Amino acid sequence: MRGGGWGRRTLIAIPYAWLLVLFLAPFLIVLRISLSDFAISQPPYSPVLDLPACFGEADLPAAEGEAPDLLSCLGGWADQFWGLVEEWDFDNYIWLTQDNIYWLSYITSLEIAAVSTLLILLIGYPIAYGMARAPKAWQPTLLMLVILPFWTSFLIRVYAWISILKTEGLLNQFLQGIGLLDEPLVILGTNTAVYIGIVYSYLPFMVLPLYATLVKMDESLLEAAQDLGCTRFTAFWLVTIPLSIPGIVAGSMLVFIPAVGEFVVPDLLGGSETLMIGRTLWTEFFGNRDWPVASAVAIILLLVLVVPIVLFQRHQDRAQEAGR
Amino acid sequence: MPEPPVILAKGTGAATAAGHAGTASGGPGGAKVFAPWNDPDAKPLVEFRSVTKLFGEVAAVDDLSLKIYPREFFALLGPSGCGKTTLMRMLAGFESPTHGEIWLDGKELTGTPPNRRPVNMMFQAYALFPHLSVADNIAFGLRRDGLPKGEVAERVEQMLALVQLHGLATRRPHQLSGGQRQRVALARSLAKRPKMLLLDEPLGALDKKLREQTQFELVSIQERLGTTFLIVTHDQDEAMTVADRIAVMDQGRLVQVAPPAQIYEYPTSRYVADFLGDVNLIEGRVAAMAAENARLTWCEGRPDFTCPANPDLKPGDTAWFGIRPEKVAIDKDMPPDRPGQNAVEGTVWDIGYVGNLSTYHVKLDDGQMVRAQVANRVHLARREISWEDRVWLSWGKDDGVLLAR
Repeated sequence: MRGGGWGRRTLIAIPYAWLLVLFLAPFLIVLRISLSDFAISQPPYSPVLDLPACFGEADLPAAEGEAPDLLSCLGGWADQFWGLVEEWDFDNYIWLTQDNIYWLSYITSLEIAAVSTLLILLIGYPIAYGMARAPKAWQPTLLMLVILPFWTSFLIRVYAWISILKTEGLLNQFLQGIGLLDEPLVILGTNTAVYIGIVYSYLPFMVLPLYATLVKMDESLLEAAQDLGCTRFTAFWLVTIPLSIPGIVAGSMLVFIPAVGEFVVPDLLGGSETLMIGRTLWTEFFGNRDWPVASAVAIILLLVLVVPIVLFQRHQDRAQEAGR
Repeated sequence: MPEPPVILAKGTGAATAAGHAGTASGGPGGAKVFAPWNDPDAKPLVEFRSVTKLFGEVAAVDDLSLKIYPREFFALLGPSGCGKTTLMRMLAGFESPTHGEIWLDGKELTGTPPNRRPVNMMFQAYALFPHLSVADNIAFGLRRDGLPKGEVAERVEQMLALVQLHGLATRRPHQLSGGQRQRVALARSLAKRPKMLLLDEPLGALDKKLREQTQFELVSIQERLGTTFLIVTHDQDEAMTVADRIAVMDQGRLVQVAPPAQIYEYPTSRYVADFLGDVNLIEGRVAAMAAENARLTWCEGRPDFTCPANPDLKPGDTAWFGIRPEKVAIDKDMPPDRPGQNAVEGTVWDIGYVGNLSTYHVKLDDGQMVRAQVANRVHLARREISWEDRVWLSWGKDDGVLLAR
């Protein structure tokens, strides 16, 4: 054993412990609730994995301090565990397929997230490109400007959009003021408002990874492309775009994944027509107090998102292997 | 200016000299040598006419005129910041001159974008496209020209053969060694058969052995294709090895343009003498100037040096005598007094030993240091001259140069 072995393992263990405690354990709890039945009780589902009861029961034989008893204690614990497993059922998941509000919510969420991601990419790419090509002295300032909105709470910034978008809001006042409109535009409470909110909120998450990719790109590659017969535009298309794919993928993932589960924006800016899964989940959890169904909704959402995450991971691996 | 005898291009490098002479005369024994710059009727491929490039207030290139002839291997040599790269980038189209004109093959280039100039450039760090395979990198320019598929494939094959990279067509740049990348970059820049190839410090990233080997390969490829090459380098050995002519640059101006041997043997200024190789410079005053030889007073009470004449100087002018260390002989005894022979006495101050050569740093009695370089033909242990020895340095009357600036 080398001397550094333990130190290194401890260091590696820290993020794993973090993930175990703060991601895997909550996930398992949610998974278990999703497999329970709704009950009018506190908490509102049954059966409950009663850990103290488990250990309490196991403690009893262990008190006699004999080795075989430890085995029987473990056996007792396992028995109880399997007892719980037998009580689990998939009724909640079957329920999700029967009421189309759920799968409609999933589809709408994916659609809104996908369209928003595309919009953000189209808006964010020129911004990131402009920043990366800006004089070196300006770049820290520009970067700061992109990050600046984070200094205010996300919730407050979304609230601010209400006063801009509502019928007597700033936007309509302005458009009517310059005589462009007679009737105020109804934006608030529509999907358009949701798109505006998501595009606004998530733009920095696209700009930053794109900027990081574009800024380290070697200028001489573009010169080489021009030297070999490209116009500025074809050089951009054949060299800049392909080389910024890692940034495009990273930015899109950072935007798409949280946008699918977005709750605040559709709740504040969207109307009743905006059926996003985050809202459905909220209603199920706090409105209906149906924790098991809400958990099932969350688990399915996770499974839906695991696919793009895995694709992203695979892309990262390939990019890494390509030495970029 | 002295009128030195015309020296053949690469008069000393046996292999390359034969090759170069061959391209012009049809055989190494031919009477004609490749020297279009001496032919008043020769048409230059590239001509810079009073080109100036300002960056803000600073002139990177300052009123520079230069002609480069077809099939020439031309080197721009100078320290970093002397304007050599700017000059090349103006030819490629990445910078445009503030004043002046650049002509290529009978056409003025100002305003033509880089993608429509019949020159290609090999970039310093190669600038290979990391997302494309070796074959796609080489084919990149050909596809932009809309060449048919079959022809592209054929040309890529030829290029891979030219740079000996068979079997690596599908590799990505990051899977290649530095030397292989350099070859891909060369193949890519030659694939479009440019009228002129620009090489920006092409061998700078290679280690010494590989660099030396690649220099000869570059020359042989240039001879086979007959393409005009313009190389930018700060490495004098590289320029001397590959080029037919070298232009030494300093602060945006050309200091001297001549074949390597001439520039080495007959530098026209202290700057060039010092930049290319090693030189002893001794300041003095011209005592007499004749048609062939001049006499230089360098130290009161010592005999004057006899050295080649320089028509730019007249008696009484301050001048510098330059002599290469390898042309200075070193002896323990006073050499026999022959007419025109120069001899000075001094003390060995230091000896620099680099294996094959020893450089003796000799302090003359007036305090000046003069270096003499000797091939170590005998074993180090049997060396006659040692530290603190009194020695005589001597050289013939035509071995050095007399410089006015």
